[in-house]
Amino acid sequence: MKNIFVLAERDFKTYFVSPIAYVVLTIFVFLSGLFFNFFLGVMVQQVASQAMRAAQTGQLPEPFDMPGWIAQNFFNWVSFIMLFLLPMITMALFSEEKKRGTIELLLTAPITDLQVVLGKFCAAAAFYVVLLVTTGVEMAALYFYSKPASGPILAGYLGLLLYGLAVLAIGMFISTLTENQIVAAVITFGTLLMFWLIDVFARGAGESVKAVLSYLSILDHLNEFLMGVLSTSHVIFYLSLILLGIFLTYRSLDSLRWRS
Amino acid sequence: MISVENLTKRYATKTAIDGVSFQVEKGEILGFLGPNGAGKTTTMRIITGYMPASGGTIKVDGFDVADQPLEVRRRIGYLPENPPLYTEMKVLNYLQFVGKLKGVSSAGLRDEVHRVMEKVNITDVQTRIISKLSKGYKQRVGIAQALLNDPPVLILDEPTIGLDPKQIHEVRDLVKGLAGNHTVVLSTHILPEVEQTCHRVIIIDHGKIVAVDTPQNLRAQIQGAARIFVEVDGPPADVLSAVKALPGVANVQIATEDGTKNRFQIESETGRDIRTDLARTVVNRGWGLLELHSENMSLEDIFIKLTTAEEIPAPVESAS
Repeated sequence: MKNIFVLAERDFKTYFVSPIAYVVLTIFVFLSGLFFNFFLGVMVQQVASQAMRAAQTGQLPEPFDMPGWIAQNFFNWVSFIMLFLLPMITMALFSEEKKRGTIELLLTAPITDLQVVLGKFCAAAAFYVVLLVTTGVEMAALYFYSKPASGPILAGYLGLLLYGLAVLAIGMFISTLTENQIVAAVITFGTLLMFWLIDVFARGAGESVKAVLSYLSILDHLNEFLMGVLSTSHVIFYLSLILLGIFLTYRSLDSLRWRS
Repeated sequence: MISVENLTKRYATKTAIDGVSFQVEKGEILGFLGPNGAGKTTTMRIITGYMPASGGTIKVDGFDVADQPLEVRRRIGYLPENPPLYTEMKVLNYLQFVGKLKGVSSAGLRDEVHRVMEKVNITDVQTRIISKLSKGYKQRVGIAQALLNDPPVLILDEPTIGLDPKQIHEVRDLVKGLAGNHTVVLSTHILPEVEQTCHRVIIIDHGKIVAVDTPQNLRAQIQGAARIFVEVDGPPADVLSAVKALPGVANVQIATEDGTKNRFQIESETGRDIRTDLARTVVNRGWGLLELHSENMSLEDIFIKLTTAEEIPAPVESAS
């Protein structure tokens, strides 16, 4: 446990030594803030038009969960931005170690391979959590000006966390396959895009194929979380992806020993 | 301290190490000598547990590398061929990180890091970022890293590569100072290094051990084996076959060609003086003997001789 922490601490600090952390943070904060603002604007317009219609017909508008709608769309957007940013968090995890030869230090230190994998994963996860924490600003605004239902928001965060960790685990595995971090990032992004597009292909497919394809769609499983529904099947989907990524990374390290 | 038995490493297309066995006693400095690609680095990587062997058993301090890798790794300080440095870190932070990984207690970490920095003389650059250091300093940071937590076994892959002569001298003194309490295995392709620092030498080539001895014995063993130059006025092909047929001749080749007056380079078997027979043969065949002199072989020549099998069809020792 201590070893995992020592490794995670070093990797986490490395993010902030290179420009990567600042670039990713800046882009994320800017884009998430921009779209939060956009969703607010949409809401304000809708409220205005409904108020007008109410004045004309004399009927009160249907009750509508405005903060809930904003939160849901905002989280959806966050999950979409993450498709582009998460590969940048994982791209260097192992590829840089391989390129610099420091992997030899890690694999001959008195620590297990699993500790190495978990240390790296924790570092990436910690940085992802930092990204999520910045959305606290938008949430604070939401809570300050309205009374949103906290359940769906907490479920949304849980969903985002699980989804992000799953993506990170896959990205970490891909970074063990190459010495070039750009290549790792591009392959990770391509893989995520494929998982994302599966959803689109699924729409045109037959019933049974559709069921399988949309089950594989990585973003599809997030929807219920964002609606405030905690369903075991989606939690299990993400947990199994996380475990799969960690397992593949572990096996990949082992094969690295044989090949090098 | 280290026992390697019948170590084999096979890749899909080639065998990198082929049945290597040797022992290293406690407190000994063992030198691995061989050309690039001989299997030095692979052997060291297997001992450190970086890489699994295809066959054979390796024990360090009684622990099997394959069965108890963590116990073995706790006892080994390893400097890979390329020092494994996180170049964006400061020297001090890097050594603290490695110290923590190696299980140095947090109470003793500061003292331990300072001890190794003193030892390799890098205390003055401790706050510098590693990427800004010269190659010599980087190499020393790599050595410092291996010394952390005072492991009883040190595996150093080309520890003096990239250093200037003064630093090479310092590192050799450092390694010599480690003997006694530490068991050191170092690899090199520089001969004087082996002669100056090692108690015993293993010469390795194409994944096989070619010779094992003390540097002094290796030299003595070859002292009798002379290299002889003769210049003969006669048909070169006939001379070659006549000389080759002489008892005690290991190898003959033409050194310089000049019409019928050719210089031949002859290597004799260990401990045999073939000069009398050689002169008699040449004269009896009616050729002109223009010059004949012998040279003793240096360790450098032995090294070249022992490791370039393709040029020497029937080498003395390498067949074994």
